[in-house]
Parts: sequence; structure tokens; C-alpha cells
Amino acid sequence: MTSLLYLIPAMLLLGGLGLAGFLWALKSGQYDDMEGNASRILYDDDDKPLPPEEKI
Amino acid sequence: MTTDCLHCGDPVPQHSEGGADFCCKGCRGAYELINGLGLKTYYERRVIDPDAKVLRPEDDVVKIDYRAHINDENGLKTLYLMVEGIHCAACVWLIETVLGKQDGIVQARVNMSTRRLVLKWREEALDPNDLIAKISALGYRLVPYDPCLLNSENEKQEKELLRAMSVAGFAAANVMLFSVSIWAGYSQGMMESTRDFMHWLSALVALPAVAYAGRPFYRSALTALKARRLNMDVPISLAVLLAAGMSLFQVINGAEHAYFDSAISLLFFLLIGRYLDRRARGRARGAAEHLLGLNAVAVTVLSEDGNKTLLPPEQVKVGMVVLCAAGERVAVDGQIIDGISDIDTSLISGESVPVMAKVEDKVFAGTVNLSAPIKIRVLATGEGTLLAEIVRLMEEAEAGRANYVALADRVARYYAPVVHLLSFGTFIYWFFFAGVVWNEALLNAIAVLIITCPCALALAVPVVQVIASGRLMRQGILVKTGTALERLAHVKNIVFDKTGTLTLGRAELVNKEKIAQTDLELAAALAGTSKHPLSRALCRALPHIAVKSGVLEVPGCGLQWEKVRLGSRQWCGLAEAPLSDGPELWLDKGDGVPVCLQFADHLRPDAKEVVTRLQASYQTHLLSGDRVEPVRKVAEELNIQDWKAQCSPADKCEALTHMEAALMVGDGLNDAPALAAAHVSLSPSTAIDVSQTTADAVFQGDKLKAVLEVLGVARKAERLIKQNFGLAFLYNSVTIPLAIAGYVTPLIAAVAMSTSSLVVIANALRLSKGKVS
Repeated sequence: MTSLLYLIPAMLLLGGLGLAGFLWALKSGQYDDMEGNASRILYDDDDKPLPPEEKI
Repeated sequence: MTTDCLHCGDPVPQHSEGGADFCCKGCRGAYELINGLGLKTYYERRVIDPDAKVLRPEDDVVKIDYRAHINDENGLKTLYLMVEGIHCAACVWLIETVLGKQDGIVQARVNMSTRRLVLKWREEALDPNDLIAKISALGYRLVPYDPCLLNSENEKQEKELLRAMSVAGFAAANVMLFSVSIWAGYSQGMMESTRDFMHWLSALVALPAVAYAGRPFYRSALTALKARRLNMDVPISLAVLLAAGMSLFQVINGAEHAYFDSAISLLFFLLIGRYLDRRARGRARGAAEHLLGLNAVAVTVLSEDGNKTLLPPEQVKVGMVVLCAAGERVAVDGQIIDGISDIDTSLISGESVPVMAKVEDKVFAGTVNLSAPIKIRVLATGEGTLLAEIVRLMEEAEAGRANYVALADRVARYYAPVVHLLSFGTFIYWFFFAGVVWNEALLNAIAVLIITCPCALALAVPVVQVIASGRLMRQGILVKTGTALERLAHVKNIVFDKTGTLTLGRAELVNKEKIAQTDLELAAALAGTSKHPLSRALCRALPHIAVKSGVLEVPGCGLQWEKVRLGSRQWCGLAEAPLSDGPELWLDKGDGVPVCLQFADHLRPDAKEVVTRLQASYQTHLLSGDRVEPVRKVAEELNIQDWKAQCSPADKCEALTHMEAALMVGDGLNDAPALAAAHVSLSPSTAIDVSQTTADAVFQGDKLKAVLEVLGVARKAERLIKQNFGLAFLYNSVTIPLAIAGYVTPLIAAVAMSTSSLVVIANALRLSKGKVS
């Protein structure tokens, strides 16, 4: 039973991390254009990330 | 032998303006631009849908001054644009790369789902008109929009639901894990302290989640209660909150059972349904709004010193002089002070043939100026126009329809009080008659609330609607309002408009066989220079004819090239004759023997078949604003007994009030009030914006079959919804007695709840495939 003492917090932490990650992705607009993003990955251009201060 | 245009893929006509490889100058320009930027891979990457043609760059589109629409955001110039003509991901790539290669551009991002472009740049000197001209040269059309106005409310709600759903999902999964161990503990003998520990953990996860994820339901329930109504969200909120509250009480007292898992998974299931429903409708509405936004225009105002300024329609004042270019839609009511032109009034009157307008004639907002620029003195704007009059009529009609109550809410009206009474009765019985302590009696009462869980009931309608509208959307039918499907299922009468609804709304040449080929080619060569609908029809009938240069257009009369004349009867020197069946053009080659070219507005290809099949189960009617003759002809051809011609918009509304449960199918502005007044309404995507906004559903394409499909799906959806209610009640009739008797444990509640939800969803899924009659 003592294993519960660290397994349960670990479970909640991992699940919580997943949830936080999803909420972050949602907030940063990654779910705004599912159709476009699905095809965008097929083009292997030099798609440079925006400089950090320009992030929208 | 013809070759295909390198840009758009259409066959190249002889003597093409664009040279041997291109069908026109525009395509050549686009090809050179793409090649020049080293983006030739576009042609390999694009996937062309055979139904959606590549847009051909046009040089005569209405010019928009994009500078007026620039927003300043954190020192960056930003422009929000809607893009027309995106057909695959290669277009997105092309637009982004072409813009990205310009200096100073910080961001150019196309959202493919919503077809919107966000453009951000830094330099003051950069002229957006130049940037956009490049994209326009590729054949895309860009129209600025206001990001605050469009869709933001809808998107915000959708995001809130998604957030709530993810929180509920996380909590439900974890609480379920705890619950499984608790259930296992019942049979294997778990220590009480461990069980309580597990309960406390469940409470820790579930309570914040219930508070957060349930907000959409609580809010809606509160609004309903404030208005002294009951909707489905009232029993939902009550069940969730009571289950969570009572479980907390149980846990504090170290009791055996807690219902956290029921409360949170109930929320999770319902949020899935709610989210899908919102998304399906949001997408349909988004697509419709996209079509509408593209019609946004500015008005060209002439000041006294002759300068032209572009103003939004709401800033134009009475007495100003407005210039309306050929091909433009008139935005104000007014009187012509200079110029002669043909005016297409079909959207207001339903009349298919354009009328001639000269100085002193009145023109109305919503009509289209076809052949020559005219100057108009403004007599009325905005609210004062005939257009606004019709819109008002429409809003009045719409108010009547707002009384319709969705089926789910009607069920909730009866269902909620019954459940609440049952639960109250259970408490009374256990407390007063069975003589148990109050909290045990309360426990049983709440178990009744949970077990009658509105889960299956609340899912019964939205799941079916989501699947139905998804199915219709795949066929190009956008269902915009939530209750449209329910109302469609009750339809008894179907009322059609003629022009643009039963017919395609465009003239076609009908006597091609009777005319000498050389005459036809000559006529088409002249017609190529004009925008008049009959000229356009002639060019459609005879494509790939090189256009003559030096053709003179005399507005209201016709075309002239050397001695050849093409136009109205009088223009070719013939006496006025009584109106014939359809519009006609005359060709005079200068020899004094004019040839007549006859046109007709053809029925949609499957109109006859669709109307015949509809007549088997519905009453069909035809109401048109057009003249008696053409209406009679169409009515006879389609075998519609009840028809009426020359109807004003008010006449149409009036006629509809005498019909029970009428479906109105129409496209023109003159139909808009009738669309609003009808029990339910449908309009083709070629319809004027006002009609599309009013209609409950919009269908795309040339086929009228959409009407059959939409009615079929609606009827089947109605049947499935009723079956779902039946299933939910059946389930309740088994479980409620168990709950009243106090036999329900959390495990039974969880199993019963999920199975009932799954059964309802599985039943709804039957709609996604198979034929509907």
C-alpha cells in the first residue's frame, strides 16, 4: 500500500502535465487551423520560426 | 488542336491574348509571377478539384483601398483578409511564400479552415495595395474583414467548451481510476481508511473540475430559471451539483459510497456532445459568413471638384453624387443624373431580364448596374432604402418564428418537474414512512436524480443533429440554425421561388441550331466585350471565339462594330413587338436582315425530377415576382398547380401565412421576408447575402436535389431523435424504481449511465450512412 503514496501523486502530476500542455496549445492557437496544419507538414521548405519577440 | 492553359488548365482559344500557352493575359501574368519568384513547384503541388476551377485572374475586379483597413498592433501594421479561391494546401503555401518574400513582412499566415489571411509588416513605406495586387494577380480575391465583428463570439464559446471538455476529461479519467480501485475493494475487502483516502483523492480532483467544467451548463440553467423556464440544463446542473455536494458530505462522514465519478463523467459526456454540436454549427455558419463577407463593397462618391473618394455605404449622405461602375452593385437609392445603362433588378423584383435606365430614372440599392457607368444622386441611404424596407419586413416576420421551442427543451419542460417530484417523493417516503435518518433519505433522493441522469436525454438530440449536419455538409448543404432540422421534419407545404431557385437564374442561348455558324461566331465576337448577361450567355454558348477589337457599347441599346449591330429590337431597326417568351438579342450584319437569338432561363437540371418526387409527399407551390407568362410556363413544365406571378415581397409573406408548416426555397431579396416568415427556409448559395443570412440552410451547386436530401435527412433525424428519447425513457423506467428502492450503488450508476449514453450515440450513428428517402 505504501507504493500508493508515490504512485498516486505521480499519476496526478503526469495527467496534470498533459492537461496543462493541451490548454497551452489551445491558448497559443495551435487548434485554430486543423485543416491547414495537416497539409503544411508535407512541405519541406525552410519554414523558419518567427523571432521570439514577434510571436503572436 | 487546342492546348491547355499552363496556369488555369482551360483550353487555350485561338488568337488568345495570352499567347500560345495561356488562355488570357491574366493567366500569363500569374504564371510569370510564380516562375519569377522561383515557386514553380506550385504547379506540381496543387491538387485541383475538378468541380472547383482554378480562379482566373481578372483585371476588372472592384478595386478596394486596403490602406483604410490597416490596424496597428504593437507597432506592427496588420491587415485581416478573407481569401476567395483557396482550393488546396498548395494555394496556402503559394500565398504565404509570395508574401513572405517581400521585404518587411513579419507574418503572412493563411488559416485554411476559415480561409483567412493575417498579414503583418513593419515598414511604414510598404504599400499594402502593392502587396495585395500580387496575390490578386494570381487569381485570388482578398477582402478585408473586421476580426472583432466576425465570428469572435462563436469562436470564444467554442474554445471555452473545448477547455471545459479537456478539464472534465482529465478529471473523469483520474476519478474513474480511483473508483475502479474502490469497486475492486468492495469485493476484495479494502481497509476503510484506504477507501476514505481514495474518496478524498477523488474529491480533490473532481470538485474543482465540476466547478470549472460545468460552467456552460450552470450559466444556461440560471438564465432559464431567471426567465421562469425549465430547459435541459436545469436537471443537468442540479444532478451534477447535488451528486458532487452529497458525495463530499458522505466523504466527510466516512460513508461507504461517493458519486464523484458519476458527476464528472456525466459532465464529460455532455460536454463532448455540446462541443461537437457547437463546432458543426459554427463551421456551417463560418462558411456562410465567408461567402457573405466577400460581397463587402465601398461606394465611390464624387465630390463637387470631381474627386473620387471611397466611402463605406453607411457614411454616404442624401444629396451626394455616387458613381456606379459597370458591373457594380448599386448601394443606395437614387436618381440617375448622368449616363444610360441596363439595370439588373432580379434581386428585388425577381424579373430576369435587365431593364434600361436613363437620366431621371430611379435605381434602388441591391440592383446591379450592368453596361455603363452611371452617376446617381442619392435619395435615400441605409435605413431609408427599399432594401432596408424589405429587411424590416423580414425582421418582423422573423420575430414570429423566435417562438419555436426546440424539442429537447419541450421534453425538458415535462421531464424536469417529474424527476424533481420523484426525487422529493423518495425523500419524503424514506424519511417519514421508512423512518431512516435524514441524510440516508437524502442519499436515496439524490440517487434518483443521478440515475435519471439526463445524460442519454441530453445527448439524444445533439448527437443526432451533429451527425445529420455533418452528413449534409459533406454534400454542400450548410445547416445554420439548431432547430432547422426539427422544423424541416414537420414540413407539409413547399414553396418555390422561380428565378434563381427553380431555374439557374442565368440566360442560355436556345436557338443555336437555327442560326448560321458564321452569324453566331460574329455575334459572339462582339458579345465578348460586354458584361450584359445576354452577351455573357452568348459567350458561354460559344467559347473560344476571339473578341473583335473596336466594339462600341451603347448602353440600353446594344453593341456596334463597323456596320454590324447586336442588341435590342429597335437597335437593329425593327418595330417594337409584343413581349416574347424570353429575352432575345438581334444581330444585324449591315444587310438589313436581322437574325434573332433567343434566350431562356433554364430550369435546374433536376428540377422536374425533384418536384415530381416532392409532390408524392408534399404540396408544392410557386410564388414569383416575375411576369405571368414565364411563371406559367415553368409551373406547367413542372406540373405545379398552385402558382402565382407578380408577387411583391409582402404578397409572398401573406401567402405563406395561409399555409401550414411551409418550407420556403428562395434566393432573391424579394424572397427574404418570405424566407423569414416560413416555418423553415432554404436558399441556394448563389442567393443574395440577406437571403442567405435569413435562410435556415444554404445549399451549394446547380442541383435542386439538395431539397430532397435535406428533407430526407431531417425526417430520418426526427425518427432517430424520437427513438433516442424512447431508449432513454425505457432505461429510466428500469433504473428509477431501483433508485427509489435504494439499491443503486455508484457502480450501478456508472454502468447504467455509460451504457445508456453509448446506446443513444450508436443509434444516432446510423444516420451517417445509408440512403434516406
